[in-house]
Amino acid sequence: MITTFTNWALDESPSSRRQAAWGNRYRTWLKLRTNPLGMIGLSIIAVFVAIAIFAPLLATHDPATQDLANRLARPSAVHWFGTDELGRDIYSRIVYGGRVTLGMVIAVVVLVAPIGLAIGCIAGYFGGIVDTILMRLTDIFLAFPRLVLALAFVAALTPGIESAVLAIALTAWPPYARLARAETMTVRGSDFIAAYRLTGGSAWRIIFRHIAPLCIPSLVVRVTLDMSSIIITAASLGFLGMGAQPPSPEWGAMIATAKRFIFDQWWVATIPGIAIFLVSLAFNFIGDALRDVLDPKES
Amino acid sequence: MNKRFKSLAATLSSVLLTLLGLTILTFLIGRVMPVDPVIAAVGDNAPEDVIMRARAEMGLDQPLPVQFLHYLGQLLHGDLGVSVLTKNPVAQDIARFFPATFELATAALILAVVIGVPLGVWAAVRQGSVTDQAIRVVCLAGHSVPVFMLSLISLLVFYSALDIAPGPGRQDIIYDGMIDSVTGILTIDTLISGDFGAFRDALAHMAQPVIILAYFSMAYIARMTRAFMIDALKGEYIITARAKGLSLTTVIWGHAFPTVAVQLVTVLALTYAGLLEGAVVTETVFSWPGLGQYLTLSLMNADMNPVVGSTLLIGVIYVGLNLFADILYQMLDPRVRS
Repeated sequence: MITTFTNWALDESPSSRRQAAWGNRYRTWLKLRTNPLGMIGLSIIAVFVAIAIFAPLLATHDPATQDLANRLARPSAVHWFGTDELGRDIYSRIVYGGRVTLGMVIAVVVLVAPIGLAIGCIAGYFGGIVDTILMRLTDIFLAFPRLVLALAFVAALTPGIESAVLAIALTAWPPYARLARAETMTVRGSDFIAAYRLTGGSAWRIIFRHIAPLCIPSLVVRVTLDMSSIIITAASLGFLGMGAQPPSPEWGAMIATAKRFIFDQWWVATIPGIAIFLVSLAFNFIGDALRDVLDPKES
Repeated sequence: MNKRFKSLAATLSSVLLTLLGLTILTFLIGRVMPVDPVIAAVGDNAPEDVIMRARAEMGLDQPLPVQFLHYLGQLLHGDLGVSVLTKNPVAQDIARFFPATFELATAALILAVVIGVPLGVWAAVRQGSVTDQAIRVVCLAGHSVPVFMLSLISLLVFYSALDIAPGPGRQDIIYDGMIDSVTGILTIDTLISGDFGAFRDALAHMAQPVIILAYFSMAYIARMTRAFMIDALKGEYIITARAKGLSLTTVIWGHAFPTVAVQLVTVLALTYAGLLEGAVVTETVFSWPGLGQYLTLSLMNADMNPVVGSTLLIGVIYVGLNLFADILYQMLDPRVRS
């Protein structure tokens, strides 16, 4: 089964478009597999996603149950990572917190990537006044450091996960638009686009069926590299009290409440910190490896 | 000359447009607030006519475009409104808090360049080696660890456990109020006053936040230096220089690096802007009395004037830095000039 797929995908003369596409994907994967850091990153993310999905099975306690008699307990056989200031099991909170973090990241990417892609492709394809207006708008949003703008947005809305996602999304789309625009400009003059135009393809059809797909590989790299920044921004918002709010086991918010005991019960704040670090490092590893593999300029 | 003037005019007009956009955006953020500023000013139980009068006095009964023009007029007079929290004009508060952030970010940038650039060059020269991989991991780690976490761990280890670093804050209590504020930059002010004990104290307090911020931005600088340097080393003039028998050091620093340095200007401008962002978080952990702490404290109290003012200032600095990088780039790179 696997060998048939390998042979089919690596066929030098693919007989269908689908076969060629899968061949490309498979070759990318083969190249990616030789990158040790990328593979380490991928394994960490796989574990992280599995933990988030199977959180109810993996948690040893209810993440919200308080046990004030047993607050700030050291790590032990019962509480693997100890307990927090309300006696809640830190291990279970970390496990459930994975869901919050993963959910936020996915929500931001789902909101942002299509918007950035559409704006960039439209600006790049039409050029002229459309391009000027859209790029000026992009510049305005790019003119703030992400966290600062997100903080201001959240302050204008109300602190919470939804506002945090919205705020991060509002600050995250401009780089994608820039990237998609640059990619579009390189292909819009090519012969195959001219050919589509001659056959009567509408501008929208050309943009979304023929140009946008070409922008996706570099967008994927950028999104992967950006994941870590999204995670850190989300955690920073939580830490500053502007993201997920306390009963939620969001990692940044956990650190915010635990920082008061950092000198005496260091593990309460450190463990969620390690979780953020690992996941964000993993995304950086993958993004870096993907850039090596997918970026045609490197090879 | 004419062409150059034209391109300068185009750059300036686009910068002005961006700045106008910035003000519109911050204005809108300030208007969509969770708390009605009128109620906040007169209280929940105020009678209807008092609320109406206050609304008119604050200009909030006007249509949004009129309010915006009014806001723009105030801005041009350097008026950013009054902070509810500190009771001071926001512009005055910012003037007081900004030097502390400037000091932190500038020191961090210098440290990051001094370490990051040679690391990047080294990684590029040894591309693909274990050294390169090690530098890559160190850099990616720097970009992956949340700054606030690193700050907390640093306080835990160096202040609490080992007791070799001072705690949060900008100076020791014994120097509090002893140093006249001339520039607002404590290391310079202490030198002006000639109090070396206070100078050492200020440096010691800076060490932790500066090293942490520098590590965070060093990652980006080193990665970009490496990428630029790899490109530069592929040049034919490099092969020629090597073939002439010049040493590797001369070729790297004398031939390849100058071309990289020009590209690094933009990277440094971006890094500096990123440092302002990092400072927001670092300052809250280290109780550093800078713009970041001012911004977060105001946020927690839904005090919108300082939030909008600080955000706008950071945006303007960001745009200014980019413009500065553009101009410097044109001056340094002969290809752009011609």
